Amino acid sequence: MAISFDNALGIHEHALQARVKRAEVLANNLANADTPGYKARDLDFSALMEQAKGQISGLPMTRTNDQHMDTSMAGSSSELLYRTPHQPSIDGNTVDSQQEQSHFMRNAMDFQASFQFLNAKFSGLSKAIKGE
Amino acid sequence: MSLGNIFDIAGSGMTAQSLRLNTTASNIANAETASSSVDGTYRARKPVFAAIQQSLLNPGQAGMPGFSSEGPGAGVRVDGVVESDAELQMRYEPNHPAANEDGYVYYPNVNVVEEMADMMSSSRSFQMNVDVMNTAKSMMQRILTLGQQ
Repeated sequence: MAISFDNALGIHEHALQARVKRAEVLANNLANADTPGYKARDLDFSALMEQAKGQISGLPMTRTNDQHMDTSMAGSSSELLYRTPHQPSIDGNTVDSQQEQSHFMRNAMDFQASFQFLNAKFSGLSKAIKGE
Repeated sequence: MSLGNIFDIAGSGMTAQSLRLNTTASNIANAETASSSVDGTYRARKPVFAAIQQSLLNPGQAGMPGFSSEGPGAGVRVDGVVESDAELQMRYEPNHPAANEDGYVYYPNVNVVEEMADMMSSSRSFQMNVDVMNTAKSMMQRILTLGQQ
């Protein structure tokens, strides 16, 4: 019997990747907190998870040239969304630093949770292999 | 894993904010630099920030579930430094060594109060980017311990 990592690790691997992705988006919001006209972005985590569960993401097309566009994700529900500002600023920037920072911290905590689940899966596997 | 990108993003934010702090320092230092002509007078300098967009043709992590064709962006860059075109202050100081023949000297259009507020804002934003970088670092370190007992 071959061990399939996809089956053994479950959703946690995808959750961890989604957390990293979201951390990147939020870090970008924070870096652009003072950029005029910048619109804060975010990912819809539940849509990401739905997609990871289904693993179907449109119809991928072969890319034979560097200039070909990646169509595999076209039309998916996990696009980057725009945040609705609580209080728009006069320069068109919609980043609320405090809120972004709290989202970022919370995302880091959720990352740790996902990581712990994933780590537990690995230690479970190694226990099973050693027969302890 | 694209945690490495967070370092680039936070780093670009820190660079931009320190440049902003630099212009603020220059403005405050020159707030009282008088001159005898309009052209020779120091003018308040302001950086122009712009978001860096990732290339749409080659998104960083195509194929990963949940990553759309549109990247999350790649931080912030400074498009340039512009000089304020607010009116200069003209003062009548005939005893000033730089006074022109009518006895007037020109003072820069630097608003010191505004500059102080700008200074606090940029130092806070810098701090925020440092926090982001620290968090990304601890996330990365945690990843490195994956599978260890």
